[in-house]
Amino acid sequence: METIGIWIAALLTLGIFSFLYKDNPFYKFCESLFVGVSAGYWFVTTFWQVFMPKLADNLVAGRFYYIIGAIFGVMMLLRLIPKIGWISRWSLALVVGTTAGLYFTRYLVSNGMVQVQYTIISLYVKGNLSQTIGNLVIVIGTFSGLIYFFFSKEHKGAFGGLAKLGIWFLMLSFGASFGYTVMSRMSLLIGRMDFLLGTWLGLIR
Amino acid sequence: MRKKNLKIFLILTFFCFLILPLSQILAQVDTLPPATPTEVRAGDTPNDNGHSITVTWKLSADDGAGRKDVVAYEILRSESPAGEFVVRGMVPAGNNTYQDRGAKEKEDKNYFPPHHDFYYKVRAKTLKSYSESEVAGPATAYGQWFHIGKLPVFVGTLAFTIMVLTFIGLARKGKELYVRPLAGIDAVDDAIGRATEMGRPILYILGLGTAADIATIASLTILNRIAKKTAEHKTKIIVPCMDPIVMSVAQETVKAGYLDAGRPDMYQEENIFYITSMQFAYVAAVNGIMLREKTATNFYLGKFYAESLILAETGSVAGSIQISGTDEIAQIPFFVAATDFTLIGEELYAASAYLGREPLLLGALKAQDLAKAIVMISLALGAFAASFHLDFFLRLFSVQM
Repeated sequence: METIGIWIAALLTLGIFSFLYKDNPFYKFCESLFVGVSAGYWFVTTFWQVFMPKLADNLVAGRFYYIIGAIFGVMMLLRLIPKIGWISRWSLALVVGTTAGLYFTRYLVSNGMVQVQYTIISLYVKGNLSQTIGNLVIVIGTFSGLIYFFFSKEHKGAFGGLAKLGIWFLMLSFGASFGYTVMSRMSLLIGRMDFLLGTWLGLIR
Repeated sequence: MRKKNLKIFLILTFFCFLILPLSQILAQVDTLPPATPTEVRAGDTPNDNGHSITVTWKLSADDGAGRKDVVAYEILRSESPAGEFVVRGMVPAGNNTYQDRGAKEKEDKNYFPPHHDFYYKVRAKTLKSYSESEVAGPATAYGQWFHIGKLPVFVGTLAFTIMVLTFIGLARKGKELYVRPLAGIDAVDDAIGRATEMGRPILYILGLGTAADIATIASLTILNRIAKKTAEHKTKIIVPCMDPIVMSVAQETVKAGYLDAGRPDMYQEENIFYITSMQFAYVAAVNGIMLREKTATNFYLGKFYAESLILAETGSVAGSIQISGTDEIAQIPFFVAATDFTLIGEELYAASAYLGREPLLLGALKAQDLAKAIVMISLALGAFAASFHLDFFLRLFSVQM
C-alpha cells in the first residue's frame, strides 16, 4: 500500500513539474485533481473545525445568541437567489467593516507606534563605532524610506534626493530578502528531489 | 606494625566521632525553614478584564542573602483566612510578584470569578524545607473600562480619525489635493489598451488575503477602477479567487465598475469565480488559466505569499504585461524581479486613491501623509533626544500590550 502511495505521489510530482516544459494534458490532470481534492478537503475541514464547534455545538449547549452569526451566514448564501441577492451585502459589509476596524488599532500599534519606539535610538554610542554606524543607518534608512512613501509632494530637489536614498535602502533590503528566500526555496526543491531520487527510485540514500 | 595499625584505627575512630555530629548539624541546617517572605500584598491587577489578582511580597532574608538557600516561591490562595490554601503558582527565587489569573468563561475549569474575596499566602522554599508568610487579603478582582497603558493608542486613533475626517471634508468641498504620479498606476491604462488591441483578456489576482486584509480592500478598490476601464474598452476580465467572501465582494465590485461605465449588460459573473482555498492548488489552477486564456495583462494586487514568484514567472513566460503590488515585504523582491511594474507596500493603498480620486480615499491618503510627516518629525526629534539621553520622548510611544 505504501509503495502505491509513493508511486502516485511521484507521478503527480512529475506531472506538476511537467509544466516547466509547457502546458500539457498530464499537467491538466494533476492540476484538476489537486484543485478538486483540496476544495473537498477544505470543505470537510471547515465543516468540522468551524461549523460544528463554533455554531452547532454552541446551539446544542443552549447558547442561542450564536444564531446571530448563523443568520448572517444564511444571508450570505442568499447571493444564490438573484432577486434577493442584495441581502448578502449586509453580511459582507459587517465582515469587512468590523475586521477593518479591529485591524486598525493593531496596525497602528505594530506598524506605527512600536516601529517609531524602536527607531528612536541614540545617533552616537560612545566608544562603539560599529553600533553608532548601525544606529545611523537605521534612523536615516527609516527617515528616507518614509519620504519615499510620502505621496503629497513630487520627488524633486532635495526631497527627491532623500526619496531616492529611501528607495536604495528598500532595494538593498529586498535584495537580501530575495537571496534568503531563494535559498529556502532551494531546500524545498532538494526535499522533492530527495523524495523522487531517494524514496521513489532508491538512487540516493 | 601492630602498634601502627592501632594508631590509624584510633585516628579514624576519632574523626568518625567528629564528622558524624558535624554532618548531623549540617543536615539540620539544610532542613531549617528559610526566613519568611514579608509585606505580602494582594490586590486587583490594573488594566485588565477583571479575572486576575496581583500578589507582591518582600523577598525572604535567605533569598540572595543570608543562607542563600531559597529556590522558589509558591503562591497559595484560599477563600477564607482560616480555610484551605491551594497552590496557584510558583516563581523562581529573586521574584517578588505573581499574577494569579484565570479564564473569564464560567464553563472553564480555570475560571477566575470577579468581585469575589480571596486570601493569599506566599511560601518560600528551599530544597528540603519551606516557610509561609502571613495571610494577605481580602483581595478582589474587577475589570477596568479603560487600559491606561494604551492611552497613546487611543490618542493616536483619535488624532488620525480627526485628520481623515478633516481631509475628506476638504476634498468634498472641492479643494485640490495633490497626489504624486505612481509609475505602476500610470501603466494601467497602457496595459488595458494593449489587451484590447490584442483581443485577449485581463487577469486580475486579488491574492491570498481575506476580505479583512487592508491589502485586499485596497486591491478591490483598484479592481473597481480597472473593471470600469475594461467595460469601456469591451475587454474581458477574469478574477479567480481563493476566498469565497473575497469572491462575493469582487463580484459586487466588478459589477459596480460595469454599472459606472454604463455597460451592465456586459458584466459576466462567471468570470469572477472561486477555485480553492488551498494555496498551491490555487496557484496551479491560475497558472493553467494564464497559459490557456493567453491573458495579455496580469494584475497581482493584494496579499501574496510564497506563490508570488510562481505566478509572476508563469506570466512572464506567457508574455503578459504584469503589474504587481503587495504589502507583504518578503514577496516584494520577487515582484520587483519578475513583473514590469510593482507597487511597493503603501503605494498599493495610495494607488486606489490615485485612480479613484474620490474624496473618501483622497482624504484618507492625505491624512496618512500628515501622519507620516508627524512620525518623521518625531523620529528626528526623538533621535536627537535619545542622543542626549532625554528618555521622555520615547515614553510617548510606549504601549503596554
